[in-house]
Amino acid sequence: MASALINVPRKAKRGDVIEIKALTSHIMETGFRRTAAGDLVPRDIITSFNCRYNGAEVFRADFFPAIAANPFISFFTVAKESGKFEFEWIGDNGFSSTASASIIVE
Amino acid sequence: MAVLRKIMQTTRRDFLGLAGGAAVAGAVPIVTLRPLEATPETLNAAIRNVVGEAAVRSGKVKLDIPPLVENGNTVPMTVSVASPMTADDYVKSIHVFNEKNPQPNIANFYLGPSAGRAQVATRIRLADSQKVVAIARLSDDSFWSVSTDVIVTLAACTEEVN
Repeated sequence: MASALINVPRKAKRGDVIEIKALTSHIMETGFRRTAAGDLVPRDIITSFNCRYNGAEVFRADFFPAIAANPFISFFTVAKESGKFEFEWIGDNGFSSTASASIIVE
Repeated sequence: MAVLRKIMQTTRRDFLGLAGGAAVAGAVPIVTLRPLEATPETLNAAIRNVVGEAAVRSGKVKLDIPPLVENGNTVPMTVSVASPMTADDYVKSIHVFNEKNPQPNIANFYLGPSAGRAQVATRIRLADSQKVVAIARLSDDSFWSVSTDVIVTLAACTEEVN
């Protein structure tokens, strides 16, 4: 089971620009590597990531094999209201993983 | 003897000074000439796929990657765009490409005016010493780009699985 690390400030002032960091464990197999026997190792990557803030999408990313294993992503958003950030990773072979973090906006 | 040593020291210092000067002088043309180099077709095709027929101007975008990378398997990369990020002037998306990996795309990031700051960081793979290109699409549908050269000593992506 994939595990995720999320870093969202616990508290923020209304209107502050906050940084959000998210990392999930995933092999991100490129599909270009071969075994010693010469067989191609099939691709197994996360293809998309998105972040919702109280239900509204604030950030989305498409990943390609050129993203390193255990994909890390950092981005910014404006703290508007207290609530919840929901993160979702979708990938090959039906991979899907979610995580969430809450924030208090004063 | 002392005189000879003095001469040698001076010569050495002069030599180092000259070498340093040459390195600086050499570095400048490389940086300015690189964008004129023909980019491989796959890279161009991938960029055209995103921007279509629109013109891509250079500027506004900043790409932070270490210029010399020891391990191409995880290369920290930060891309930022100079934008006020207001409701009518913001960055819609940022697209990152490479020149020599097996695939030209690295990632697409979709932002909106609520991002507050147009800056994204991640870790990428680089299969070879190459050029990395970042293109930003602004809210007025103009495209801005930057390219950076990275030297990689240990390549990623295509090595054998043990």
